[in-house]
Amino acid sequence: MRLEKLLSDRKGEIVDRWFNAVIDTYAPETARIFKSRGNRFANPVAASTLDSLQEVFSGLLQAADTTQLATALDPLVRIRAVQNFTPSQATGFIFTLKTIIRNILRHELRTPRLADQLPPFEKKIDDLALTAFDVYMQCREKIYDLKAGQERNSVYRAFARAGLISEISEDGPYPESN
Amino acid sequence: MADETPKPDELLSKMNHRPDTGQDWMQVPVNIRKGMYCYASNPKSVAYLGLPNARPWNPLEEDWKLPENWQEILFEGFRDRLEKFRSFKVFMDICVRCGACADKCHFFIGTGDPKNMPVLRAELLRSVYRHDFTRAGKILGKIAGARPMTLDVLKEWWYYFFQCTECRRCSVFCPYGIDTAEITIMGRELLNLLGLNIDWIATPVANCYRTGNHLGIQPHAFKDMLDFFCEDIEEITGILPEPQFNKKGADILFVTPSGDVFADPGTYTCMGYLMLFHFLKEKYGFDITWSTYASEGGNFGFFTSHETMKRLNAKMYAEAKRLGVKWILGGECGHMWRVINQYMDTVNGPADFLEEPVSPITGTKFENAKSTKVVHICEFTADLIKHGKLDLDVSRNDNKVLTLHDSCNTSRGMGILEEPRYIIQNCCRQFYEMPANTIREQTFCCGSGAGLNAGEDMELRMAGGFPRANAVRHVHAKHGVNMMACICAIDRAALPTLMQYWVPEVDITGVHELVGNALILPGENKRTTDLRSEPLPGMEDADEG
Repeated sequence: MRLEKLLSDRKGEIVDRWFNAVIDTYAPETARIFKSRGNRFANPVAASTLDSLQEVFSGLLQAADTTQLATALDPLVRIRAVQNFTPSQATGFIFTLKTIIRNILRHELRTPRLADQLPPFEKKIDDLALTAFDVYMQCREKIYDLKAGQERNSVYRAFARAGLISEISEDGPYPESN
Repeated sequence: MADETPKPDELLSKMNHRPDTGQDWMQVPVNIRKGMYCYASNPKSVAYLGLPNARPWNPLEEDWKLPENWQEILFEGFRDRLEKFRSFKVFMDICVRCGACADKCHFFIGTGDPKNMPVLRAELLRSVYRHDFTRAGKILGKIAGARPMTLDVLKEWWYYFFQCTECRRCSVFCPYGIDTAEITIMGRELLNLLGLNIDWIATPVANCYRTGNHLGIQPHAFKDMLDFFCEDIEEITGILPEPQFNKKGADILFVTPSGDVFADPGTYTCMGYLMLFHFLKEKYGFDITWSTYASEGGNFGFFTSHETMKRLNAKMYAEAKRLGVKWILGGECGHMWRVINQYMDTVNGPADFLEEPVSPITGTKFENAKSTKVVHICEFTADLIKHGKLDLDVSRNDNKVLTLHDSCNTSRGMGILEEPRYIIQNCCRQFYEMPANTIREQTFCCGSGAGLNAGEDMELRMAGGFPRANAVRHVHAKHGVNMMACICAIDRAALPTLMQYWVPEVDITGVHELVGNALILPGENKRTTDLRSEPLPGMEDADEG
């Protein structure tokens, strides 16, 4: 039997545990509420987390490329990039998937044929972690862009208010080129 | 997670009748994290207002340079407010920790920080209240959920009371009607007694106190800016509006947040006001004046203390009195309306020198403004449309697929729910609502209100705005929404940034920008662009010249 087929059959259970592991990175009081799921607009962190994990896991099974995996990870990592996590905490949830798979398939993995298929799959998870870090950095850079943009605009406005800016008129006159 | 108001049985079953001893949360030390707080107030601004303990200090440093008797100052301030404000005392006493509010706060949802649960944020203050003002707390201490005021507690107060936008979504779900925003307001008042404000609030307040608006725009620059908009309008329509300034004896005084005059995309909303007033003047002889002195509708004093709120708000009435107008028309602002609707009448009123507002064009009496004498421009414009007084070409907004963000203060604070929708649906053909539990009274905050719209707290703003952005993302994906309207200047300043992070395909507009686009001015040229100088639908290939 192929490992991917086995993982696909147990997808619900695996993603469920992965979801709980991600939510457990929050404080216990918060995790209790996030885990109750419910309405996706009232509990958007849980909904986005679950959607992302399902899509990412399907992507891993279907050999999705890096761009597709990054798209699937984006909503989840985007949230964690502005929360109270260090970079490693924000993206480290990827590695917990390895432990979850090993635990869930611990009996099946005693079969050498299946066990041999595990390292290549775990390599995909390692690559996924790197992709998650790329997405995380894009989000952080966006935050810095937004901060810089806000500062730049406020300085520009202050100069404009003080009458220190004279914009070039659309009608010219333009200096003659050399 | 239930998002409906919980039923009594549901609440009772979850209720823990033992007091919260804070075993968990009291053990978690405050960690002041960059990106989550705003810079400390500039001492010059604090001193200018005559507020106490002006000094340079840095939230990241151990020593906040507090006055020696800071605990005594807080104790006296707390006691004074408990005696003065019955609601504050009641809110301190009656919470049963049912948890109905816990998951309703956008900052809790977005940050995942338990201390942003409204109940726990209030508990930061209540724990000290119990220790200092209740017998049980004095005797039993921690067992009764009480704790003494320490430096760590003070820092926790500062960090979390400036992570609340006073939006009051939590209070909608509270079965006891506890207004957690008022707890934050009191928390901030107490912090201000020690000079612990943030600069994004303190300096605008000082500017407003001196110059008349948050940005410190002087009267001539204020007028220049509006003249500049009029020139833009002339370029787009061929019509040059001629607004009146400081006109004594005008019928109506118009006051709007200064953000509309100086910050995009609020500036386009401002152009919408100018066009509407011009249209009404030409067609119906409408007589309205702007003031270069009462040049701010917003009131960041509200985020400092009730005394400061009163001082800033007074200018609006003073200017109305000086000019001898009949009543005041107010622009698209958020907290301006919270102040007017809930506090102004008692802090600065009664404005018995003004008349009960009646539309000079339709004759409609604005009953709800009978006492304050200030009418919201959305009510005014919706009434004009209802009476068929405006000539509108809705096709000019056909390239916009809209949704409406109910601004917290106008929706929850005073029930303006239908008017902006009515205007939008009369100016645009494509409008889609966001999910029911994210709009109207249950609207999610922009995440940047109550003075938190700075640059340095961007992570806080993005996290706090996530529940709103999540709902926008949904209508964008489902209906192709590309524009979100709002009726608040802070929304117009904050939401474009929020969208850039979460849903970059969606832009932000004020409702009166849409009116300005659709409004057919008497004698105007054929328009090829909208107020942003972007091509109108079908005019994409038109020659700019």
